[in-house]
Amino acid sequence: MPETLMEALIRLDAGFTRAMADQEFHTGLRDLLTHYAGRPTPLTFCPNLSERLALRVYLKREDLLHGGAHKLNNTLGQVLLARSMGKTRIIAETGAGQHGVATAIAGARLGLPVEVYMGEVDIRRQALNVSRMELLGARVIPVASGTRTLKDAVNEALRDWVDRVEDTFYVLGSIVGPHPYPLMVRTFQSVIGEEARRQILEREGRLPDAIVACVGGGSNAIGIFHRFLEDEVRLIGVEAGGEGLETGKHGASLCAGSPGVLHGALSYLLQDEHGQVSDTHSIAAGLDYPGVGPELAHLRETGRVEAVSVTDRAAREAFGLLARTEGIVPAMESSHAIARLVEMAGELDRDSVVVVNLSGRGDKDVEAPGGTP
Amino acid sequence: MSRITGAFRGADGPLFIGYTVAGDPDPEESVRIAETVLDAGADILELGVPFSDPVADGPVIQRAGIRALAAGTTPPGVFGMVREIRKHSEKPIVLLTYYNPVYRRGLDRFSREAAAAGVDGILAVDLPLEEADRARECARKHDLDQILLAAPTTGDQRLSRIVNAASGFLYLVSRTGVTGTREDLPPDLRRLIGRVKARGSVPVAVGFGISQPDHVRACTAAGADAVIVGSGIVGLVERHLADPAAMHEVIHAYIRRMKGALGDKKE
Repeated sequence: MPETLMEALIRLDAGFTRAMADQEFHTGLRDLLTHYAGRPTPLTFCPNLSERLALRVYLKREDLLHGGAHKLNNTLGQVLLARSMGKTRIIAETGAGQHGVATAIAGARLGLPVEVYMGEVDIRRQALNVSRMELLGARVIPVASGTRTLKDAVNEALRDWVDRVEDTFYVLGSIVGPHPYPLMVRTFQSVIGEEARRQILEREGRLPDAIVACVGGGSNAIGIFHRFLEDEVRLIGVEAGGEGLETGKHGASLCAGSPGVLHGALSYLLQDEHGQVSDTHSIAAGLDYPGVGPELAHLRETGRVEAVSVTDRAAREAFGLLARTEGIVPAMESSHAIARLVEMAGELDRDSVVVVNLSGRGDKDVEAPGGTP
Repeated sequence: MSRITGAFRGADGPLFIGYTVAGDPDPEESVRIAETVLDAGADILELGVPFSDPVADGPVIQRAGIRALAAGTTPPGVFGMVREIRKHSEKPIVLLTYYNPVYRRGLDRFSREAAAAGVDGILAVDLPLEEADRARECARKHDLDQILLAAPTTGDQRLSRIVNAASGFLYLVSRTGVTGTREDLPPDLRRLIGRVKARGSVPVAVGFGISQPDHVRACTAAGADAVIVGSGIVGLVERHLADPAAMHEVIHAYIRRMKGALGDKKE
């Protein structure tokens, strides 16, 4: 991280630590999550898909969270924190637009102006979310640099923050970036796994055999995995295989990356031999990112989390499959997790219990499933 | 004594540090541009290693990095350019880089190769003090200065640690924000420089937003030991891409003018 931001990060760390020790902060956040955002989200058993795959399939329904994705868990927490730290302006980056929408929602509700950086390519392929952000009173700033996708939106948000570090709070949307962001985002997203663990115990009387979540930066994955880390449950992260790992057009940093430093964190990175960050590709704008959260990289290295990838094509098929079999339209990002679930059908015993984190809903992907970048 | 320290000790006034992006617009031309910058009177050359995600840079240097990468610039290529420049000049050369290209090559290997090519100091712009210990060891091992950044937002305690850890010179960021030319310098520059000077004797070089002779005068009046000019030079490269002869002429004249503003220094 550039030196200009270091004191801000130190203060953010202190502010976050203070908030975590503050009962009032927790009460305020819990109240918002319950009465505003709609937590707890259901754990839905999928009879038709279960029958078809010979598994017992449950979906953790983050698509039903206000805003349509898990992102609001984090933005409500961070914007509350921003307010408690006396910041008067919120900035954010967004890929698919879900984090941008969630930040706009939190800003509107908590009374802080929001500006969202979004790559021009993503603005085109996720137009619905651009309109939503604007309707919610946020300003969407197009990013024309680099690959004009999520990575460049992060770059531009960081440049903005360097410029206005005194009054601005940067709401980062994933478990990436400099400390304390990976820790903070995980903390706010862990509510997913807390609920899921309780819910599956109630429904099945036992823990699931596996949990599957898509991984871009990794916030929904770590959010559902975290509470299960000590359990005997397979944790499977599904990355964007794009057109196939062998083509180089993908976003699978855990599967095909190497250690590198980007956006203030040492993690797995898609890069060339000289350390230049590679262009990525995914049908899902939210997975189109060359890095991944450092904690997931660590969990992958220790073997606790399995990392796999599925192609654009498989994700697109899973998108339609879930819609037709269960009447649920998943986000193209979450469709990657469904696609992996389908592959697992033959690998697991009949009646194995699998929970898929359905991180978001797919309205944004209906017009152009697969996007037309 | 390092070449950089020697340059500061031997000077009878503030120094001029010129920044160009290695490989912009292509490796050969970029060597000639660096030579022009030095011939025109820059006391220290700062050579930027292009990176795909330069979060601390404004549009001018971002575009230069894109041109340099498109022309195939790599760290070994940059070392080659340094060797070329070394044939013409004994002035100090500092590499300004983002950390990932260094990390990817290996900190020790990068430092060793840079030193062997003739580099005198390395500044990794996104490597914070907290992570800089190993880099400092490697720099020391290979007789390189480790240049560190301080910013207006840097608090007192941290500033003391940075001043203590820096060698060669301290790169003082004049203002919050990314690199790029601006109309005015911040009014509290004197106080900022004073905060650094109160903590140690490392020379203070002020950069970010310095593009006009007036800025240079303001910096030296505020107590700077050197001024760093980057986007002003890189912008001239960009504006004269089609006419290299004119480019060299304008850059030469620009640096003479900027350097002139430093005061009555012997050439």
